[in-house]
Amino acid sequence: MRTLDITNCGGSGAWLFYLYILYDYSKRDQSLAKLQEPSDHSCNAWIDEKSDVILNEHTEQSKPLRQVNNAIRTSKYNIFTFLPLNLFEQFRRLANAYFLFLLLLQLIPEISSLSWFTTAGPLILVLSMTAVKDAKSLAHVFYCNATIFSTSTELVAFNQTAHRGYVSQADLLLLSSSEPLNLVYVETAELDGISSGPDTKLMQNSGKTKFKRTSIDHLMNVLVLCIFGFLFALCFILAIGNAIWEVKEGSVFTAFLPRDAGVNAALSSFLSFWSYVIVLNALVPISLYVSVEIIRLGNSYFINWDRKMYYAKNDTPAQARTTTLNEELGQIKYIFSDKTGTLTQNIMAFNKCSINGKNYGRQFKSKNHSDTRKTQKVDFSWNKLADPKFTFHDYSLLEDVREGNPEAQDFFRLLALCHTVMPEEKKEGELNYQAQSPDEGALVTAARNFGFVFRSRTPESITIMEMGQKVTYELLAVLDFNNVRKRMSVIVRSPDGKMTLYCKGADTIIYERLDRSCKKLMNVTTGHLNEYAGDGLRTLVLAYKHLDEKFMDEWTQRHHEASTAMEGREERLDELYEEIEKDMILLGATAVEDKLQDGVPQTIEQLARADIKIWVLTGDKQETAENIGYSCNMLREEMKEVFIVTPCIISVKLYGPFLFFPLQAFALEKDLELELLRTACMCQTVICCRVTPLQKAQVVELVKKYKQAITLAIGDGANDVSMIKAAHIGVGISGQEGMQAVLSSDFSFAQFRYLQRLLLVHGRWSYLRMCKFLQYFFYKNFTFTFVHFWYAFFCGFSAQTVYDEWFITLYNLVYTSLPILSLSLFDQDVNDRWSFQYPQLYAPGQLNMYFSKKAFVRCMMHSCYSSLVLFFIPWAAMRDTVRDDGRDLADYQSFALLAQTCLLIVVSAQLCFDTYYWTTVNQFFVWGSLAAYFAITFTMYSSGMFLIFTSVFPFIGTVRNSLNQPNVWLTIFLASLLCVLPVVAVQGPFCIDSVVTHLAKRVPTNQCKVLRVSTRRSGYAFSHSQGYGALVTSERFLFKRPLKSLVRRDSQSQIQEKENFTRGGVSWTDMG
Amino acid sequence: MGRAKEKSGPLARRPDNSAFKQQRLPAWSPMLTANTVLPFFYLLSVVCMLLGVWLLLTVQSTQEKKLNYTKHGDCNLCFEMRQNVSNAGQTCSCKVEFSIDRTFKGDVFFYYGLKNFHQNLRRYMDSRDDEQTVGRIKNLKSPSVYCEPFQTVENEVPIAPCGAVANSMFNDSFTLTYHTAKGRDVPVPLLRKGLTWYTDKNIKFRNPKTDNLTLAQVFEGTRPPPFWQKPVYELDPHDPINNGFINEDLIVWMREAAFPNFKKLYGILNRADAPFTNGLPKGNYSIDISYNFPVQYFHGEKEVVLTTLTWFGGQNHFLPIAYLVTSSLILLMAVVLTVAWWKFGKDGKNMKD
Repeated sequence: MRTLDITNCGGSGAWLFYLYILYDYSKRDQSLAKLQEPSDHSCNAWIDEKSDVILNEHTEQSKPLRQVNNAIRTSKYNIFTFLPLNLFEQFRRLANAYFLFLLLLQLIPEISSLSWFTTAGPLILVLSMTAVKDAKSLAHVFYCNATIFSTSTELVAFNQTAHRGYVSQADLLLLSSSEPLNLVYVETAELDGISSGPDTKLMQNSGKTKFKRTSIDHLMNVLVLCIFGFLFALCFILAIGNAIWEVKEGSVFTAFLPRDAGVNAALSSFLSFWSYVIVLNALVPISLYVSVEIIRLGNSYFINWDRKMYYAKNDTPAQARTTTLNEELGQIKYIFSDKTGTLTQNIMAFNKCSINGKNYGRQFKSKNHSDTRKTQKVDFSWNKLADPKFTFHDYSLLEDVREGNPEAQDFFRLLALCHTVMPEEKKEGELNYQAQSPDEGALVTAARNFGFVFRSRTPESITIMEMGQKVTYELLAVLDFNNVRKRMSVIVRSPDGKMTLYCKGADTIIYERLDRSCKKLMNVTTGHLNEYAGDGLRTLVLAYKHLDEKFMDEWTQRHHEASTAMEGREERLDELYEEIEKDMILLGATAVEDKLQDGVPQTIEQLARADIKIWVLTGDKQETAENIGYSCNMLREEMKEVFIVTPCIISVKLYGPFLFFPLQAFALEKDLELELLRTACMCQTVICCRVTPLQKAQVVELVKKYKQAITLAIGDGANDVSMIKAAHIGVGISGQEGMQAVLSSDFSFAQFRYLQRLLLVHGRWSYLRMCKFLQYFFYKNFTFTFVHFWYAFFCGFSAQTVYDEWFITLYNLVYTSLPILSLSLFDQDVNDRWSFQYPQLYAPGQLNMYFSKKAFVRCMMHSCYSSLVLFFIPWAAMRDTVRDDGRDLADYQSFALLAQTCLLIVVSAQLCFDTYYWTTVNQFFVWGSLAAYFAITFTMYSSGMFLIFTSVFPFIGTVRNSLNQPNVWLTIFLASLLCVLPVVAVQGPFCIDSVVTHLAKRVPTNQCKVLRVSTRRSGYAFSHSQGYGALVTSERFLFKRPLKSLVRRDSQSQIQEKENFTRGGVSWTDMG
Repeated sequence: MGRAKEKSGPLARRPDNSAFKQQRLPAWSPMLTANTVLPFFYLLSVVCMLLGVWLLLTVQSTQEKKLNYTKHGDCNLCFEMRQNVSNAGQTCSCKVEFSIDRTFKGDVFFYYGLKNFHQNLRRYMDSRDDEQTVGRIKNLKSPSVYCEPFQTVENEVPIAPCGAVANSMFNDSFTLTYHTAKGRDVPVPLLRKGLTWYTDKNIKFRNPKTDNLTLAQVFEGTRPPPFWQKPVYELDPHDPINNGFINEDLIVWMREAAFPNFKKLYGILNRADAPFTNGLPKGNYSIDISYNFPVQYFHGEKEVVLTTLTWFGGQNHFLPIAYLVTSSLILLMAVVLTVAWWKFGKDGKNMKD
């Protein structure tokens, strides 16, 4: 035995793995497994897995036969290519390329209307910030790879009898097992099948991953294109203006300003077009994308930090794995949920039972509270083999069993005998059951705790401890479960020679096969079954039948013939089973609780109130799905009619408000798609059952395609991966079923109930913040730019800027960036309690109300108004004015200072009106930015700066000569007033988000508890797949020398493979 | 993302319970409601009204006289003459007469004004060298390329001051005469100093270090701009200190106007002697103009402006009127909002609509 420990082999920067396994039989060793340390320390994440294991018995040079390079890499860069590749990637982005183009334009002196630093500064900042972010995420990828790929693997290899030259292609070659009976349990979730290199699941999945973009992203791209168009239109107008001016005025002004050689009016107009492209470039703000990413990152961190989404039991905080989708969480219209492991815990609890007409188990509705025996937790300490995790709440059952009540004992004897569970007892008394379905496990465990302990089994016998006494039953036959029979039976012979058939199955099926003498008991039991169903429990009915020797001999004979028949084996066996499973004696019924995760019904109720449609997509059969639908409050009593779409027919019976899709083999054909979707959307609740993982994705794609709504898929297992990837947002539940779902998800947390916080609180806030940010961002940049447009009419369309170049450089980067960032990180219109209290507050996001093309146009109009005020008020106030001592005040520099101060004050005031939630950080940034503006301006306009950098800071003295004039401040005040007042009047007393105002008057009250009243009969507690009957009675798994088995399975492969698998003597737990 | 904090124990990954991380930072959430907004509107309206009235009274107390002399009287002849570039070397003078009805009390400021002269063209504004006018010898000898096409004259002789701005300097000069009621002509004394910002005169514009040299020697090897009649060190024949780059008329001109119509300070009434101790007495005046600056090239006009000032500056009626208009707009808005609030929203039950 050799342990391969693949570790991070490069210290700071090398993540190169070779997992290279060689089975070398030439030296007649037991085995040799080698891990080659990498010789080449580069910074890629590589896995080199040799999937072909070559068994070659006598070759002297033990070299692999062929060496195909099947290395895979999951990252884009390594340390050397990072800088050039990253820059290349960044410049492929339209905005960045545009700015590079602008920078080049500015290097042409004839065009350059602004110094190069006005563009270069922001560009360099943006590029470096993005590069740092990429580098960080790259490091994270390396870190993850290092974590995932460095899990140690234990290889066990035994000498075996592979023939010479035998070549096998497999991930996993099972040679033998350490377990008794050579049993091996293989978890297939992470298995890669016959794939290697780029065909591995990892690469296949990541290959399919589309880069998810939010609807705001798409809108932003459209808007940026519109802005480009708008920008060029503006520049075109100004260029025409320039041509006209040059002809009429410029041509006669040449005495004072001669034209450059060869420049005429037409060329001048062409040049001024490009000059204005530079001047007006703030319309397409480079910082937009960076700011958006910062905001999303910040809001993602808030998700990671949220204690209310932290699950203490397994120490799992929520995690935003994709940091670019946050605001879309506030716009979800459809949720697609997996069932097992997502809505339910996938834990079954034996909750109640009915034995011989007597009801056991905790009674909530019992009026007789004095009867504490009914509510107390039962103490099983007397039973040394009891499972300590098992709980039951009715002492009377235990008492009846211990007093020797024959029915009660028979009841548990049946549970201990009639199943296909595999026991595992590594140490004496430490029993561990491997059950195909959790239901079976729960039932056998219940029997174990009540004194009927299932100890071990062989193909011919079952050994149980009956109240401390070891009893071995001879196992004569297992009448296995399948979907048609919906029951299973065993026939055993007890040590005293009595032969009994024990049967458990669905109530309807068993009731048809009972002896007439049970009629009275049936009625009582039916009442109990109804009660259990009302509580959402999964029920089974138990029955037995004594068999006489003669009948049994004959039946065994026929059974043997049938099971070895070449033709019609299944049918003949079924007939035989039917024959023996009749006239049975009813014993009772069990009620197993498919435990929902905490808070699932409340969450679903809450999400439904937020007008989010929840579709459950499950591989389970209809009954199970229906049952869960009831217990998590998606289906209610009043929804009496079920609308079922059967696999092949689309002429559906249209009854009522909810829908089941048994999507088994239902390839969503093109012409049926729409019909299906239309029908589904008419229903209040949609549950799709029997869906394969691929179909889950198809359903999601269908809704995405036709409903134009934002979708979210939530699941926990590998079978949900496709759906998680298909949906706009994928959420993984980090549960027990491996990491596949989480790894491909965008957000992950431990409990389904956190979904409501993710959507109603984080999603809503993120959306609100993003919309506010965009609106404000466009507003401030448009206002800034439009002022230039108006000034063009006064400066001969010569592309003279209104503001100081330094102000232009710093406006977006310094003066206005932090206040809006703090707003978009901290703002809350209502707090989280209100968001839960009034889920309807979620609706604006779904309707795209806060930021749309319409809102954008409104924002542009607003900017237009503001820019008019911001240009013409200072113009009119200053054009004929002098200082109080008669000196100049209407010069360009004073006007620039006045205009930029007005602008900054107005946009800051606008921000204040947009802020609902003033934290200290907001205050600090708003006032800090204004203070910074004045401080920086004072510094730049000071004598010292002028004397050191004379040509860079020509505005010397403008602040002290201009800002000490009362009329300058009166102008600033008036301009601010005129810009802000309409906003207050509109936003003010009447048009504040009406819901919020309305709600402000109410005090949040506690929400009424969701009560579920149901009398529906539930389905039965069986897994939907074929049972293990064949396996447990098979002789094969006892072979001392194991068969070579070929294990292959990819996540979507079907049942044939499973059969291969089980025949090979390996039982495999399908966790899907 | 990031490195998880190295904690141990069962709750190792539990997020911190800080107000910041849990988004529970204490905050102030002001709500704009009718109760807060409406009184504020009325108050604002009153404030604007008072400001407007006060400013209006202030502005009304100033006096101003504007004279457009482009083609006024015999200046028309000069105007015609300047149309021909070949006459640029010849002098031309004309006289403009006017009277003022009321005494200009206090300090009186004399401005010249230009209309439709674009000092704010991008290429024009760039065409100057601040490093030269701040007195750097290096730039005196080799001016910045920004001064093109007035960087050098033929044979690479540098121009000082270089650039289009300096080249186009306004060069009309004015002599103001007061005709007393008794028929006596009294020249009105104008102070030709203190016309510039302190920072311009003392920091932004400086002559190159003289080191016992005369100004003329310092500027040796440079040429005046092509349009200039005199070199920069002889701009002011009366005051030797007011020459070179620190000549006040030059500094005033070099502060480019933001708009095509502008006025620039020419002189301030010297109130030292009678009859001007109280300002400019009412009566008849004439201005003798040395008419040099050609305006027909750019369809421009020239004017002189005599004005008194207050703390609020010159006679600009815009702000007072704008405040009064704003005040009434706010009032109107406030009344409309009040009515709407009274009728629909007062009890909040119609908020939903």
